[in-house]
Amino acid sequence: MSMIILKAVLYIILAPLIGGLLSGVDRVISARMQGRQGPPVFQPFYDVYKLLNKQTTVVNSIQVLFVTGYLIMTIFTGTLFFAGGDMLLVFFALSMAEVVMVMAAFSTNGPYSIMGAQRELLQMMCYEPMTLLVAIGFYYANGSFMVNDLIQARVPAIVQIPGFFIGFVFILIIKLRKSPFDLSTSHHMHQEMVKGLTTDLSGNNLAFVEIAEWYDTVLMMGIVGMFFLTANPISRVWALIACAVVFFLETLIDNLFPRVKYITMLKVTWSVILVFAGTNLLILNVLK
Amino acid sequence: MKISKSPWVLHYDASSCNGCDIEVLATMTPLYDVERFGIINTGNPKHADVLLLTGGINAQTAPVVRQLYNMMPDPKVVVACGICACDGGIFKECYNILGGADKVVPVDVYVPGCAVRPEALIEGVVKAVGILEEKRKKLKESMKQGYCTVDYSKMAVHMTADDYDPSTQYDAVLTEEALREQAEEKIKATAKPAPKPVAPAAPAANAAKPVNAQAAPVATNNAEKGDNK
Repeated sequence: MSMIILKAVLYIILAPLIGGLLSGVDRVISARMQGRQGPPVFQPFYDVYKLLNKQTTVVNSIQVLFVTGYLIMTIFTGTLFFAGGDMLLVFFALSMAEVVMVMAAFSTNGPYSIMGAQRELLQMMCYEPMTLLVAIGFYYANGSFMVNDLIQARVPAIVQIPGFFIGFVFILIIKLRKSPFDLSTSHHMHQEMVKGLTTDLSGNNLAFVEIAEWYDTVLMMGIVGMFFLTANPISRVWALIACAVVFFLETLIDNLFPRVKYITMLKVTWSVILVFAGTNLLILNVLK
Repeated sequence: MKISKSPWVLHYDASSCNGCDIEVLATMTPLYDVERFGIINTGNPKHADVLLLTGGINAQTAPVVRQLYNMMPDPKVVVACGICACDGGIFKECYNILGGADKVVPVDVYVPGCAVRPEALIEGVVKAVGILEEKRKKLKESMKQGYCTVDYSKMAVHMTADDYDPSTQYDAVLTEEALREQAEEKIKATAKPAPKPVAPAAPAANAAKPVNAQAAPVATNNAEKGDNK
């Protein structure tokens, strides 16, 4: 019991640090890929510190509740995962967090926010099937939904469910808001929808969203690592290497591709999920 | 840690010839790369700290500049880029030009040049973030006393077609001084026994009422719209 609490507290404290650093590394690598020097690695922390020190303008007072809700739900999701909870509950809580964020954007009534919120819903439609399939895949591979049991596996899950891994890495592009599918926030400046979801957020509220995304990044990397973890401690090194490779791959994809229309996103993600995860699921079913 | 490590910039072209705008964009290229100072060009006034204005202000862009300025959260600074934004430049005598950016919003840094050099521009923004730091200290003090919190939800509610006059809607500039004045009026008004509220519901609206009665002349437009319940 005390072990679970220790893990949860460690996650709550360390995740924003790791997530912020990952975000900073992402910006530096992106800049180097474009032939620029790029910001310092700690730039995301400077940004959030500044945002916390700015005036917060609120368009609709319910927005504060929703944004805080988004942060709390995201932290809850990650804590559940890293404390060894139920994979299914993790993914359901994760979609709840996203819905709360969408509500925050809808409540502002601004045209750009609403457009971003609608696109966010479309994005959720694209990746939700895959997140559920990942939980099911782990169940097929190791016979449990509990993270605690899954990390005690004898063979890494990737051996049995490589298709799910490919599908999950693919939807990570959407989850981490990377370029070809970065429809709802448009991280790079001056695009048709300003900042999408976060257009009408400022000061504290925007800082909370940033921090929630750091937690989210760490959670996603944790799930990537899950594919490689076994009872053997050396597997943790492999998991870390896999996380680093996947994160670099996402940054590379971000810099290689322009954004696409939502119809392309729907078609491509669902095809990838169907082809890789679907086939994998079928084979597992036949073999068992 | 200083907030000047991440100045986010909002660039607005108020009738520029696009010479300065191209130089503003040039600062983001690999050669100058302003992102190494943490500067990001956001297209969103609600995220911005620095308002970069290029070109002289004309009758059509004046309300837009005022609106952008009002939408930016405190602390904020304005940088006038190029000689046109500083005082009108060669277009100064034109019938439609009001003059430099300081005719409509308080400008903190003037960066002259035609077109302004990217190096000068970066220097100007760096100067501006110094001012930003000072403003933040001031803001902290005034926030402690309850000034400088503009509730935008109060500005938008209950707007009818009669309230909305596009020619005058953004005539007011909500500078820190104007807000301070407004807050002082409010404190003065609340010190006296407040007038009996009509309906006991919505205490926020009632508390704001005295401001409406004797709001500072600069901000009357927006204040009236907000408290029109």
